[in-house]
This record gives sequence, C-alpha cells and structure tokens, in this order.
Amino acid sequence: MTTKTKIGGAFAALTLAAGLATPAAAQDDTFKIGVITFLSGQAAESFGVPALNGGKVLIDMLNQGGQLPAPYTQKGFGGMTIEVVEVDEAGGATKQVQEFRNLVQREEVDAVVGYVSSGNCLAIAPVADELKAFTILYDCGTPRVFETGSFDYVFRTAAHATMDNVSLARYLKARDFPVESFAGLNQDYAWGQDSWADFKGSMAQIYPDAEEKTALFPKFGAGQYGTEISALLRERASLVHSSNWGGDLQGFLLQATARGLHERSQLVLAAGDHVIPQLQDKMPDGIFLGARGVNGLAAKARGGELAELTDTLWNAYEAEYEAFPVQAPFRMWQALLGLKTAVEKAMAENGGKKPNDEELAAAMEGLAWDAPSGRIEMALAGGHQAIQPNAIGTTKWNEAEGRMELVDVEYFAARCVNPPEGTTSQEWLAAGFPGAQCD
Amino acid sequence: MDLVATILVDGLIYAGWLFIVSVGLTLVFGVLNILNIAHGSLYAIGAYASATLVGIYFANGGDAIPWGSYAALILAAVLVALVVGPILERGLLRFFYGRDEVLNVLVTYAVFLILEDVMKLIWGVNPYFVYEPYTLLGDVEIGPLFYVGYDFAVIAAAIIVGLGVWLTLNRTRMGKVVLAVIHDSEMSQTMGVNVPRIYLGAFMAGTFLAALGGALTAPMISVTPGLGVNVIIVAFAVVIIGGLGSVPGAAIGALMVGISRAASVHLLPEAELFIIYFVMAVVLMFRPEGLFAKTQARKI
Amino acid sequence: MTRSLTLSAAAAFVLLALGALVLPDWAMFLFAMALAKGLVCLGIVGMMRGGLVSFGQGLYYCLGAYTATLVANTFGVSDIFLLTVLSTGVCLAVGLAFGPLLASYRGIFFAMLSLALSMVLYGSLSKMSFIGGTDGLNIAAPTFLGWAPEGRALQTALYLYVAVMVVIAGTLMRIYFDSEQGLIALAARDNELRVEYLGASVRNVNTYSYVFGAVLGGIGGTIAVLALGHVDPEFAFWTTSGEFVFVAILAGYLSVPSVFVAAIILEMVRSFSNLYFPNTWQLALGIFLLIVIVVLPDGLGSLVRRRKGDAT
Repeated sequence: MTTKTKIGGAFAALTLAAGLATPAAAQDDTFKIGVITFLSGQAAESFGVPALNGGKVLIDMLNQGGQLPAPYTQKGFGGMTIEVVEVDEAGGATKQVQEFRNLVQREEVDAVVGYVSSGNCLAIAPVADELKAFTILYDCGTPRVFETGSFDYVFRTAAHATMDNVSLARYLKARDFPVESFAGLNQDYAWGQDSWADFKGSMAQIYPDAEEKTALFPKFGAGQYGTEISALLRERASLVHSSNWGGDLQGFLLQATARGLHERSQLVLAAGDHVIPQLQDKMPDGIFLGARGVNGLAAKARGGELAELTDTLWNAYEAEYEAFPVQAPFRMWQALLGLKTAVEKAMAENGGKKPNDEELAAAMEGLAWDAPSGRIEMALAGGHQAIQPNAIGTTKWNEAEGRMELVDVEYFAARCVNPPEGTTSQEWLAAGFPGAQCD
Repeated sequence: MDLVATILVDGLIYAGWLFIVSVGLTLVFGVLNILNIAHGSLYAIGAYASATLVGIYFANGGDAIPWGSYAALILAAVLVALVVGPILERGLLRFFYGRDEVLNVLVTYAVFLILEDVMKLIWGVNPYFVYEPYTLLGDVEIGPLFYVGYDFAVIAAAIIVGLGVWLTLNRTRMGKVVLAVIHDSEMSQTMGVNVPRIYLGAFMAGTFLAALGGALTAPMISVTPGLGVNVIIVAFAVVIIGGLGSVPGAAIGALMVGISRAASVHLLPEAELFIIYFVMAVVLMFRPEGLFAKTQARKI
Repeated sequence: MTRSLTLSAAAAFVLLALGALVLPDWAMFLFAMALAKGLVCLGIVGMMRGGLVSFGQGLYYCLGAYTATLVANTFGVSDIFLLTVLSTGVCLAVGLAFGPLLASYRGIFFAMLSLALSMVLYGSLSKMSFIGGTDGLNIAAPTFLGWAPEGRALQTALYLYVAVMVVIAGTLMRIYFDSEQGLIALAARDNELRVEYLGASVRNVNTYSYVFGAVLGGIGGTIAVLALGHVDPEFAFWTTSGEFVFVAILAGYLSVPSVFVAAIILEMVRSFSNLYFPNTWQLALGIFLLIVIVVLPDGLGSLVRRRKGDAT
C-alpha cells in the first residue's frame, strides 16, 4: 500500500506539472506556424535543413514586407508577423504524432507545415483531421496519402512522386534515347520501392520492348555499394535507374563513377539534383536527373515570368548560405507562398480577422498560386493535392565557371506527368496515361 | 565461374571492412565486458576526423604528395583514440565496471545519443568529402569488371589490423597481461597488474579501430549525420557470430557475413536484408555463444 | 496480502482515472501512450526479475499493432475489446513458439537473439509493400462495444481503457511475481545453478516470463496503434525496443507501479526536450539517461523499497 501511495504522489506531481505547462495563447497580430522537418539524421542534410533555411529566408523577407514581387508584396501573412516553432522530424511516426498533438494543443500553432517522410505524412493526416488542425504536407512523396484517404484539413502543396518517374521515361523518349534494357538500384524502403514500381510502370508504356533487368534494393543508409555495383556492371543494362537521395546517392555516385558504371550504362536519377552542390565536378557529365519539380537549376534555367520571384529568393538564399538552393527550399517556398495566399484569401472573405482552421481550409481548397517552381494548382483529391510542372535535364560541368549546369532540359506541363482527378497513379500508369495533356 | 569469382572478390572487400569495424567492438567487450553501442559513433567520428584532416592536408599543398593523405587518414584515427578514448573511459565507463552487462549497454546507448548531437554541433549537417585517397590507387581489372584499387587496400588494412591485434595479444608481454586481465581481472590485480591502465589501453585500442574503420570508409562515401547507426547492428552481428571477445571469431564472422551477403546480392537480391540475421540465427542455433566463445567456469 | 493488493489496485485505478478529469488533451494522449508502452515494459521487468533482458520486445509491440490494424482494415472490426483479444492471441501463439527456444539463452545472447527476431520482423514488414512497407498503415479510431466516441470523449475512453488494462496487468503480474514461480525467477537472478540444484526449472520460469512479456507487448501495441492511428515497421526497430529496456531499467525490477511512472517520465522528458532543444534533443535525452543510471542504479522502485527496508 505504501508503495502505491508514494508512487501515486509522484504521479500526481507529474499530472500537476503537465497541467501547468501551458503557454500563452497566440496573439492576433502574429501567425504562428509549426515547421516540422528533419534536423538530424540522414535527411537533415539533403532535405530538412535546406528546406528550413529556405523557409527562414522567405519568412524574414515576408516579415520585413515589400521584398518580393507581386502578388507577394504584403507584409507577413496578411499583415500578421509570422512566428515559427521548429520541430525535428527524426524519431519515427509515433513520436511525430505526439509532437503534432503537442504543437496543436499545447503550443496552439495556427497552422502546421511539415513532413518529408511519407510514413509521417500518412500518420499525421488522420490526426490533423481529428484535431481539426490546418496542416500542409510540404514535401513527402507517396501518392497514398490522398489516394487511400480523404481529409478536410490536410493539404499537400507539392506533387506526389509518380510525376518524377513518368517524367524520366518521357524524357528518354523526347531525347530518342535507345533503351534495350534497364536495371535499378533504389533504397530499400517505401520511397525506393515505389519509385522503382513507377519507373517500371512508365517504361512498360513508353518502351514496351525494353527488358527489365536486376532490381537492387540496398539497405537505407548502407553506404557501401561495391557488391551492387559489380552486379550492375555485369548486367550491362542500357539504363540504371536510381531514386536514391542524400548520402546514399552521393556514396553510390562516388563508387559507381570510380568503377566506370556511368560509362557502361546511362544513369537516370529521379531526384538527383540536390547532391550537385556537394559533389560539384565529382558528379559526372551526361547524367539524366530530375528535381521533383521545376526546382533548383531547372528553375534558374527556365527564366520567363517567374524569373524575378525565383531570382530574388535564389540570391537571398545564396547570399545567406553560400550554396545555391536545390529542390528542398523550393518545396518549402511553394508551401509557404500557398499558405500566404490562402491566409490572405480567407482574410478578404472574413473581413480581415485572423482566419481559423475552417476558413483556412476553405480558402486553400482548389487554390492556385505562383511559386519559383512554377504554377501550383491544388487540382487533385478534391482540391487537397497539388500538381506542378516538372523538368528533367542532363548534367554538364562548366569548367570555365566552375559550376554544374543542366543542359537539354525538357519541361513537362503539370497535366502531362500527373494523373487526372479521380484516377489513382497506379491505375493511370497501368492504363497508359489516359487524359495526359502534353503539348 | 566468373560469377563465383565476382562473389568472392565482392565478399572479401565487404568482409575486410566488416572486420575492421567489428574487431574493436569484440576487443572492448573481451577486456572491459562492455558491449559498446557507441562504437558506431566512434566510427562516425573517425570518418569526420579523417575528412577534416585530409581536407586540411590538401588545402595546405598536399596535392604535391597526394600519398600523404593516407597518413592523414591514419593520423585521424589515432587522434580520435587519444582524445575521445580517455574522455569516455576515464570520464564515464570506469564507473560501471563489474555492473550488469545490459545496464552497460544502456550506458553506451546514452553515449551514442549524446555523441550523435555532439558531432552535429562540431561538424554541422553538411556532408564532408575526401575522395582523393579513393581514386589514388587506380583501377584493377578482374575479368569483365573494374574494381577500385582502394578496395583492395581496405582488405590489406584488414589483414594488417587482424595480424597486428592477434600478434600483440599472443606474442608480446603486454598482450599476455591483457589476456590475463580478460581471464580474471581480480586475480591479475592481486598479481600486480595495473588493471585500470589495461582497461584504458584496451578501450583506446577499440576506439582507434572503430575510428580507423570510419577513416578508411570516409573516402568512398559522403560523411553525413546518422552514419554510425547502420554500422552498429552489422558489427554486433559479426561479433555475436564469431563469439564475443574473440579476434579470430570476428574475422570468421566477417568472412561469413561478407561472402553470404555478396552471394545474395548477385543471386537473390530480395534476401539481402535477412542474410545477416539468417547467418547469425544458424550459428547461434548450433553454438549458442558464437563460434569462438571462451568457455566460462560457472560459479555455484 | 490479497486485501491490500486489491486496495492498492483500486487506489491506482482511482488515481489514474482522476487524470482523465484534470489532464489537458495533449497530456492525456501522452499519458495514454506512455501507459501503453509501460505495459510492454512491464513484460521486460518480468523477465528482468529472472535476470533476462529482452532487447527485442518491439517484436510483440509491432506484432500486436499490425494484427489489430490488419484485422480492422480487412474485416472492418473496430471494437477495441475484440481487437485486443485477437492481437493478444497472436502474440501469445508466437510467444509460445519462441519462448522455449529463447529460454536456454542468457545475458547478452538472450538480448541479442531477441533483438535479431524483432529485426527480422522489421525487415519482413519493410519488404511487404502491399501492406504499406516502411510507410505503414493507418487504422480508424476504435469503438467501445458499439459506442463510437469522437474528440475528447474518444481520448478519455482510450485513456480509461489503457488505465484499466494497466491496473489489471499490474495486479496479475504482482501476483505472479509473488508466486512460487515468480520467486524462483528472482532466485535464478542471483544464482541459476543453485536454483537448478534445488530441483526447480529455471528454463520453465524463463519461458513463462517470456510468454507473459509477449502477451503484454501485444496489448501495449494494440492500444498504442489505436491511440496513434498509424503503425509502421519502426515499431519493431531496435531503437524502439531499446527505449522499452530503458524504461524498465529506469523503473527497476522491484516495483510494478514504478514501471508506469518511468514510462510517463520518459515521454515527458522526450516531448519537452524535443520542443525546447529541437537540435540537441538526443543530447538532452542521453544526459538524462546517464543521470538516471548513475543516481538510481536499481531504478525508481528502489526509492520506495529502500525506505521500507524490504528486500523483495
């Protein structure tokens, strides 16, 4: 009995501590967003930290006001100062669900922007709906979020990953690249498995005669690819596909190029642009790669109407972090600019008050806005899932200026590489891209 | 035939790397009776340190004598052993000698967590590259395939490390004292052995080997946060297969895992993920304490 | 003895139930998760009394969670009681299969072999893209005998459910600990050979403890997945199991309630360090771990027992 009461005392003290630790509610002249992205682990370097840095650059400019071209001239979000609570995304879905609840219920953020990992996106979406908390998934790739569920308060402001591999196959065709056979090396988790399935599906439609050779799935974070590279060298496939990212991609490229894999097979990388700033001239010439959208070098090369917006953010980022922005900051920018557009639209409708979650969700549904990565349209899943244009290019080292360039870039319209509303990506691939609008 | 040769070569290269990263673990367990989860962090620190040192080397005119970068790699591992080894052993681990094995696993787990963030504070999240030493040794053509000369240098390093550790333990006076401490530290103490110093030395040697593994791997990868996590589990498996505390065991374990993994990648890529646990389960089924476990007297 | 046990069980339940009234939403969720994980840890504490520590309890945590999710998604079952019974049954069966095998291993080998088993489950689930692979699966909110609450009512119901489970499991484990078999386990912790010479089977006792651990892991996993709404193979990853072991060590093997207090403390420390030190939360957690191990080598339970001057 004494045991129980003593421990009970400790328990009661904990309860009290938990009850007391509630922060002051957010004020009306600030808009508080929770930003969740990887600050540790392997995805920190490739996605999390660049995205957060890009977000900081943009939020600083917005909070000062008048730094960006129209329509983003208003200060903050509709005049409100933007305040950020950062949370590390590392630690698994269990931890993220807890942190999400804490952000919404304890920190009382006005909106949540986050999640690189597809597993986390899948786990967070139903919780966001349960708590009626306006949430933007800014990065994660899996089409399953809205294809197997529907959520009122959850929006994804980036296209899902099907686009990446459809674009690769279309690029090969556009460049008349002969493909007799193709092999793959992808990370052994959902991202790598899905990318390979999408690439295989796209190739079956566009290159029906190409032979599928070995598909290797080394462990995530394996680091050593010696054995896999031997297997790929032996296969002599015309193409080697990889959706690896971060350290796994850098390690693979270093080891593969040292052994001449890129001379024996054409390397095609679904999301490879983000390792260019680190690898520089160690990235071989002639690799076909995408950036999961018109991001990074492809956005810089595009020019056009969005050049002013792109260059403003590009230069600010480069000045602050001494590296050019790759795909991750672009996705953060399109999420934050979308949120800004939605907040301001909701305020125009409710008479200028700070919008609540319902008003925000209503404003976001089916919204379209311009970002450095092109026109973002919330066209799928009843206006909750974005589509965006994509680009694939070929690497070429510019010796004179000492920087990597993307040449032979092909731009694909959003509706050319994304499935139409009402069709899941797998059905769309299997049926041979019905309804695709390529110009 | 050509496939068998490829599997053997790939397996040997991987086994060489595995042996270097796991022999330190087995040595530390043998002497200190601590299964060091932070071994993976020491590996990562070694990788970071060598990336930094080699970077400094080339920034200061190392291009003239690129071979010097190999000395920088090894120097990095020595520095890690001299700095981090004593901090951990004298500052923390010595308070836990003789305690429950599993409790000690948790202590090193805490160290692992701490070191992950400390590395981030020191080196940031951006990757480090030191590819110069990787391509310096040129290519080797075996049958239809090209290998990087550096891969064979890693095998050579593994053989040198293995022989070095074995000879030190079995053919030198100091090594015999270490063996005595492994066998019975209390008795050694009463015979006049400075046991704390042996513990410190063994831990520093283990740290050096972990850091050396990282330093030798650094040229072929990008050194990023989270590097150590994946090393721990494979190193554990190798050490368990070979028998905790046994140096020849670690060598055999590394060979078994290395070659079966290579065979699996070439012949049955789907099974690669499980192969290491499969080998471990089979070995433990027949030898519950690993292949080369020392028999222990049971105390009644 | 029995009377005081009943009394303390009742007192524990009342105390836990009070939490449903005073806790804010986020904390109630945190407590529910902590208690569910505490159930898994209670299983480890059971093994720890016999000197064994399983580094692979994530196996049953994950198995329970996946069973519940697959049953719920395939057959449309949403009743929390039925789901708990089913996934506990699966864990019991798997525990009975592996228990006798593992019971002959000791120390670090028991720990590592149980870890290998859970990593094999992790690997297999990661490969099965038809059930989501590493991305995992979602599961809808549970119903309680036909009642389908939402919002705060749902959280409260889940919290009370896990509280009832905690009290029942805690009481039963206490009875087991004080039974003949339980005391044999404690004796084997000190010296296994001596116990064997006295004619008791340490192997059997270890098997019992392992099977109880499997069942508790299954219950914990089921409740956790229903509270979270999502399961992925990470449930069986070694770091998850490592956390369970940490809670068990923090609690010590002396007292049952301290397991749950330890689980709550860990969740709170993690949650706040993640918020206040987003870049160095692992550092904070690691330092906290070390402090606990240094200050309380026998766990929280030893605080109470030491004062009582009672050795069990």
